[in-house]
Amino acid sequence: MQNAEKKCAVKKCAMEKSSVTEKVFMSLTGLFLCLFLVVHLGGNLLLFKQDGGAAFNAYSHFMETSWIIRVIEIFLLLFFLTHIFMAIKLTIKNKQARPVSYAVNKASENSSWFSRNMEITGGVIFIFLCVHLYNFMFSQRFFHHYPSMYAAVRTVFQNPWYVLFYVICLSWVGFHLIHGVQSSFQSLGLRHPIFTPWIKKLGVLFAALIFLGFLSLPVYFFFSRTSRRNVQSAISHQLKIENGFKRGASQ
Amino acid sequence: MKFTLKVWRQKNAQEQGSFVTYEVFGISEDMSFLEMLDVLNEDLTLKGEEPVAFAHDCREGICGTCGLFINGRAHGPLTGTTTCQLHIRHFKDGETITIEPWRAKAFPVIKDLVVDRSAFDRILQAGGFVSVNVGSAPEANGILVPKKNADEAFDTAACIGCGACVAACKNASAILFVSAKVSHLSLLPQGKPERRTRVLNMVKTMDEEGFGNCTNTGACEVECPKGITLASIARLRREYCKAKIKG
Amino acid sequence: MTMNSHIPDGKLEEKWSKHKANLKLVNPANKRKFDIIVIGTGLAGASAAASLGELGYNVKSFCFQDSPRRAHSIAAQGGINAAKNYRNDGDSVYRLFYDTIKGGDFRAREANVYRLAELSVAIIDQAVAQGVPFAREYGGLLDNRSFGGTQVSRTFYAKGQTGQQLLLGAISSMYRQISLGTVKAFPFHEMLDLVVINGRARGIVARNLITGEIKSYTAHAVVLASGGYGNIFYLSTNAKGSNATAIWRAYKKGAFFANPCFTQIHPTCIPVSSHYQSKLTLMSEGLRNDGRVWVPKNKNDNRSPDQIPEEDRDYFLETRYPAFGNLVPRDVASRAIKLVCDEGKGVGGKNAVYLDLTDAIKRLGKDVIEERYGNLFEMYEKITGESPYKTPMRIYPAIHYCMGGLWVDYNLMTTIPGLFALGECNFSDHGANRLGASALMQGLADGYFIIPYTMSNYLADLGFEKVSVDRPEFKEAENKVKEQVRRFLSIKGNRTVDDFHKELGKVLWDGVGMSRSEQSLKTAIDKIKVLRAEFWKNLKVNGTDETLNQSLEKAGRVSDFLELAELLAGDALLRDESCGCHFRVEHQTDDHEAKRDDEKFSYAAAYEYQGEDKPAQLHKEELKFEEAHLAARSYK
Repeated sequence: MQNAEKKCAVKKCAMEKSSVTEKVFMSLTGLFLCLFLVVHLGGNLLLFKQDGGAAFNAYSHFMETSWIIRVIEIFLLLFFLTHIFMAIKLTIKNKQARPVSYAVNKASENSSWFSRNMEITGGVIFIFLCVHLYNFMFSQRFFHHYPSMYAAVRTVFQNPWYVLFYVICLSWVGFHLIHGVQSSFQSLGLRHPIFTPWIKKLGVLFAALIFLGFLSLPVYFFFSRTSRRNVQSAISHQLKIENGFKRGASQ
Repeated sequence: MKFTLKVWRQKNAQEQGSFVTYEVFGISEDMSFLEMLDVLNEDLTLKGEEPVAFAHDCREGICGTCGLFINGRAHGPLTGTTTCQLHIRHFKDGETITIEPWRAKAFPVIKDLVVDRSAFDRILQAGGFVSVNVGSAPEANGILVPKKNADEAFDTAACIGCGACVAACKNASAILFVSAKVSHLSLLPQGKPERRTRVLNMVKTMDEEGFGNCTNTGACEVECPKGITLASIARLRREYCKAKIKG
Repeated sequence: MTMNSHIPDGKLEEKWSKHKANLKLVNPANKRKFDIIVIGTGLAGASAAASLGELGYNVKSFCFQDSPRRAHSIAAQGGINAAKNYRNDGDSVYRLFYDTIKGGDFRAREANVYRLAELSVAIIDQAVAQGVPFAREYGGLLDNRSFGGTQVSRTFYAKGQTGQQLLLGAISSMYRQISLGTVKAFPFHEMLDLVVINGRARGIVARNLITGEIKSYTAHAVVLASGGYGNIFYLSTNAKGSNATAIWRAYKKGAFFANPCFTQIHPTCIPVSSHYQSKLTLMSEGLRNDGRVWVPKNKNDNRSPDQIPEEDRDYFLETRYPAFGNLVPRDVASRAIKLVCDEGKGVGGKNAVYLDLTDAIKRLGKDVIEERYGNLFEMYEKITGESPYKTPMRIYPAIHYCMGGLWVDYNLMTTIPGLFALGECNFSDHGANRLGASALMQGLADGYFIIPYTMSNYLADLGFEKVSVDRPEFKEAENKVKEQVRRFLSIKGNRTVDDFHKELGKVLWDGVGMSRSEQSLKTAIDKIKVLRAEFWKNLKVNGTDETLNQSLEKAGRVSDFLELAELLAGDALLRDESCGCHFRVEHQTDDHEAKRDDEKFSYAAAYEYQGEDKPAQLHKEELKFEEAHLAARSYK
């Protein structure tokens, strides 16, 4: 009797979500989002190809039209939403767990700033995400503000305020990752006396690479605008000559 | 030595509390922190005031009764130490010391610096045991335990349940405590048969008691007077996932 | 009232099994109709609550701590003895029995001690099954160390935290019963009176320490497992809250108090450093396995210990007791330390000797020593600010354990039917001196393996009928307790409780401490009387009785200590011999060893309360030794 009840209780328990499973969700979605960052960065680096944006535009055209990407996108959205939803839920619960805060709290002596402020770094990232999606995805895919994605990137990063905004926000993405990467391993229970110190170091390295990688684009486009203008005028001049030549030839 | 003490005074769970400032004189550096509070209390009593209530019992760092948030740190500035084992030699003469109770929804204040930590007991009652009746135990040496496992189990079993992990955690999470208990029994063959129900039930109770969720800041590990590490939290998570998956 | 020890007939080794076979049983279906109150949640109390709960009784478990798992058994360091003979070094139940009887200087009851030795084996099995992480060898088998007063290695340990681990084991069993509903815990509750109805213990009055509520609880039987009264000395290795209130109030209701003067002094504690000291900290006896005790040979040798060469050191335990060396029993070691310090050889002219592990660190390496005693070394360093890896520890004896306690028969029942006493709060097993690592053994043997049998024997004859808390006996007890609380708060004198307690401690340590004389005892008794009278006139307790009031709690405990102190000193005066921990300077051999007087004092002294300010009546339980032959104790 007792055992049967216990078994029932266990089954019921297994169906429920707990603080531990919530963290597993946080961790898995977080790790997937890290993977997304890698892919995203890889695609973005095509911007550096000196072909007037042809490769990058082809890539973004593929991203906009492929059905596989649509499916992945839905998942990505789900992961983002889960990650954000869970984070909000956890943050509220965690705030409630300490209704009266300490008058003096030297938290910096027992933990890092990054680990204690994930909700803040995450919040900044969320704002950044909205602006970023508006800048590129929505404006391009739905409103067609720019002739191409390459043009969109080029135009947006002419604006020094946008560039500054991106630099700041990207650094917070880095802050989020400094703790986030290693934390997601811990949340999955993946800990090992030898590997964990490496995971921590690699996590920081990853955060730095993501930060620098993404940062390179706005900085590059901003600082190369003058020279780019020269290049562009040269190109258009060349086109004019060619066109003139063609016109002349056809006549 | 002399100190200015800012002490949290609260009459009972219902009423609001506030800080009261006291001066203590003639404190020797060999005194323990609690002995300094004894001096304060003797003084207050003779003045006709009510002494400061603070929890303490064994005063040798093992019962886990004492626990004060001193100058922004659980159990004070020294790591690996309970409040009763903290000595005045770690403070500067003339310093202002702020003393607060553990703060967490799951640890309501009873009076002044004393909090109710019965939530921990309820977590233990949910599964922190091996179901073995007296009289039915097999011969002790019939159960072989590799030394490494026994030592590791001991290291986690050393938890004294003081609540410093909860106090130090920005989320008031109790997971270090729970993980120490879960790890201890899951590392030993005796604890294997019930390992799944144990971890599920203990985590469930932990959540119901109103503790926050772990965000892996590692503060608990630093403040734990018995050196329980995040490795036991990782073990709890593995145990939990296994239990969930296998049902 | 009469004393009958109910020791079964027959051969020593068959007594317990025969007795068990003759004890009456309670039908499993009827067990839930019985309520049992257990006071205290240390090893004895927790194990009793767990095992009685497992049988199906309704158990109510009380403790004054905020959680049952904080009882002071948790602080036991060194280990637990068991006659497993895993070492193949000649151990046996008989040898453990004999060591304990001899260690107790032939002042314990043979039958009880033999049973204890017999049960020791099962305790280890039970603890291991619960998941107690004892130290193990590389092969996965249990490890052992040796302890004072024995020549075999029979002590099981978990680093320097054996008590903690065993208690957590017992508590886990108790918590399991709580989860199953057979045991209900009442933390933050202090028992303040025993209620006796028709000559039987039928309940208690307890105070809720948080709300101040004073309430009665009824039961069919009451089990006291409230620990020892060592705190009577103010400075002791006990927890600050450890007290004698439960047993003292039971004594005043008719339970006999036996051998109150048998208070053990532990040789290796961190010395007192000044008047504000609130407690003394033990350094486990286990350290004497590898440590050597010494003082400088010459008085006023103020060199640092590493500067003192071998030839200028006096390893006095090794020279005085070559056979047992540093591992002589506690009373012997304590006295030897006192002796050298009284000669003025103490370290720095103070009351302290060196406990030196330098040789062991050299021989075994720092890692091994760290593994064995790491936590103790850390503790020492935290308290003193010195690292034992670098400088030898300084130690001095301190009050540690009470062999005396409520008189119990073979069934662990006191002279009040239905009132049982287990663990340190009874007097039964250790005589005049307890061997190291035997307290844990006794607490658990009583709780796991004795009370379940003897309880059913008692309840089988009792009937299920419950008593009501409305009975006049309960009301009277409640009113008495309330009146006392009111009195503490209304004296409004000029001295704090701690102040009285400290003075009492000093009086006792000076007069009834490590050595006692007729003169010192008489002086102490006079002083105690004066102090007690002042206590009731000049006590100052502030605050109310409606919230947590720690001064009020202490006042109750100290008021009981002040009464018990007189009985303790009186018993020491009456026992005009030296035995074990009880050292009367009038009775010593030429080389300062204790000299027993078996002709006159081979008995347990049990005192019966006669009323306030009336001398207690002495009852003698003659101790018969059939197996162990009375002999002068020698560890030379």
